[in-house]
Amino acid sequence: MTSTTSAPPAQQPKSRPGDRIFAGTAKGAGILILVILAGVAVFLISESVPALTASADEIPGDGGLASYIGPLIFGTLLSAVIALLVATPLAVAIALFITFYAPRKLAAGLGYVVDLLAAIPSIVYGFWGIFWLAPRLVPFYRWLEENLGFIPFFAGPVSSTGRTMLTIGLVLAVMILPIVSAISREVFSQVPTLHTEAALALGATRWEMIKMAVIPYGKSGVIGGSMLGLGRALGETMAVAIILSGSAAGITWALISSANPQTIAANIALQFPESTGLAVNTLIASGLALFVITLLVNMLARWVVNRRSDFSGAN
Amino acid sequence: MSTSTQQPSAGPDTSAPSQGALGGHEKQAPWVPWAVFGAAAVLALAIGLLTSWNIVLFVIYTVVLGTLGTYLLSRVTEGPRKAVDRLVTCLVVSAFGIAMVPLVSLVYEVIRRGAERFDAEFFSASLQGVIGPGGGAYHALMGTLIITLLTTLISVPIGLMTAIYLVEYGTGRLKRSITFFIDVMTGIPSIVAGLFAYALFVLIFGPGVRLGIMGAVALSVLMIPVVVRSAEEVLKLVPNELREAAYALGVPKWRTILKVVIPTAIAGLATGVTLAIARVIGETAPLLITVGITNALNFNAFDGRMATLPVYAYYQLTQPGVPPQDAIDRAWTAALVLIMLVMGLNVVARLISRLFAPKTSR
Repeated sequence: MTSTTSAPPAQQPKSRPGDRIFAGTAKGAGILILVILAGVAVFLISESVPALTASADEIPGDGGLASYIGPLIFGTLLSAVIALLVATPLAVAIALFITFYAPRKLAAGLGYVVDLLAAIPSIVYGFWGIFWLAPRLVPFYRWLEENLGFIPFFAGPVSSTGRTMLTIGLVLAVMILPIVSAISREVFSQVPTLHTEAALALGATRWEMIKMAVIPYGKSGVIGGSMLGLGRALGETMAVAIILSGSAAGITWALISSANPQTIAANIALQFPESTGLAVNTLIASGLALFVITLLVNMLARWVVNRRSDFSGAN
Repeated sequence: MSTSTQQPSAGPDTSAPSQGALGGHEKQAPWVPWAVFGAAAVLALAIGLLTSWNIVLFVIYTVVLGTLGTYLLSRVTEGPRKAVDRLVTCLVVSAFGIAMVPLVSLVYEVIRRGAERFDAEFFSASLQGVIGPGGGAYHALMGTLIITLLTTLISVPIGLMTAIYLVEYGTGRLKRSITFFIDVMTGIPSIVAGLFAYALFVLIFGPGVRLGIMGAVALSVLMIPVVVRSAEEVLKLVPNELREAAYALGVPKWRTILKVVIPTAIAGLATGVTLAIARVIGETAPLLITVGITNALNFNAFDGRMATLPVYAYYQLTQPGVPPQDAIDRAWTAALVLIMLVMGLNVVARLISRLFAPKTSR
């Protein structure tokens, strides 16, 4: 039995030229992808070498590479973390709503509506953020400063345009909402029906069922999904470039004032078209830093998600 | 239903008060939460009229008061467990409502402001020699179409062949590492893809180079992983029986793939490619640093700067010129056209998968 089923594959490679060419092309395409990815790293490094080896006063800002990139990295991380903190609870709640609360007939349609948020180009989010959201947030920021101004995050003076770090965090949160909620939804829909029905049969309310059966099962998937969202938020460019009124504020925790650190990606987009010479190399070096950060975050996220999928076969 | 005869008789007596959860709305009529929210709305209206009227505050007050009211009422009449359940229901529904605010306001805003210049001139004129009103985005639209077409021509063969390798040929470490790095590639920030294309072409052409093809290369880095992922999923769905039937007839493997596997999966592949195009057509950042912007027509992707719709929108907004309103109107119309392109491609993708789905499912 086993010998007959394994025999045909053993005879298959009769080595027709067409087969060899086709298989070779397919394999070549796969290897090409690895080469491209390696190329991204190699070319970025080779173009940032001049900036890495330059003396401190040649770098824009005259403070050396570290003091140029440092505040940018801080701004990138800060905006992405705000986005993550806002988006994750919201996305999990939306995923729960679509999977367990919405009427069955509507659920697929509602999921599609949330996914539409992912289809909107990032530059359009920039337009929306600067013209619609930012002005509407100013009264709210004033209120925050008056009532919670003693917290360093909400220290004044409040920006009169609303183009602040907190606004960016909120816009980025909207932008990563679809990916986090899509992955959470996928994980929640994989929860074994036996677990949920057993919980309900024991008299649990719907929330207790979610707490006991869904959350423990889906936790690592949600973590992985939100880390993918974090990776997305770290690299987001145009929305930040348009909305954030960045300045050389250095490292500051004030989220609603008009002095904000810029993010790496937005800084590249803003400076690159007008840059020449070593300034270009400096920007590419900052891009390399962004590449490394997102690569680490994404690899960690994929590892978490894939580790979960190994376990999910057990249902 | 139950196997034991003694349990049911004891069950209803002891657990009925706390087991209202199972029956849903046994203890509270289904209209009660709505009534509570109605009362909350009236209260919020009163607060709004007494202080200062504000539609946003009115909605927030209504939701907060309604949620609190539902929770407290349920806690008094149904007990804490049911009350927490109702609280979570309210929170989860409000979360969905919050997510709809940006979507609705964004689409409304873009349509309202974009309709201003949504005219024939916008689609037929370029910006050459235009100062003030008038002018259009014909050059940018053509640039976007040319660069997207080139991107598709680069990405689809590479992506499709990689997917075929992963599904039909791949084994062992190479397959695993390709799969892993495709995942990693999905997360590359778009601006980094642009920097890569720039760094690559700088080595060949020298610093300061701007070409349409550079943009296509940058976008391909973003598009290839999307094509591979979707094509891989679709090819995996092709039943093995079809392949085995072809092998049994003595068809070589490569002809089996070309004549049996791909035709079976063609609808799914087309859907995936359409969605991948939709993903890259709105990308701005890589084009901003590789293709640049121009006010004139340029159909040659291998010679000099080109205009593209997203970059056009960006520059019209951020560098509007002396009477700013004309350029800002053009920027909004470009944003509207961009959204229409992306949404249109999404709809087309859905139509393809729906119209041709029966063939693949067989």
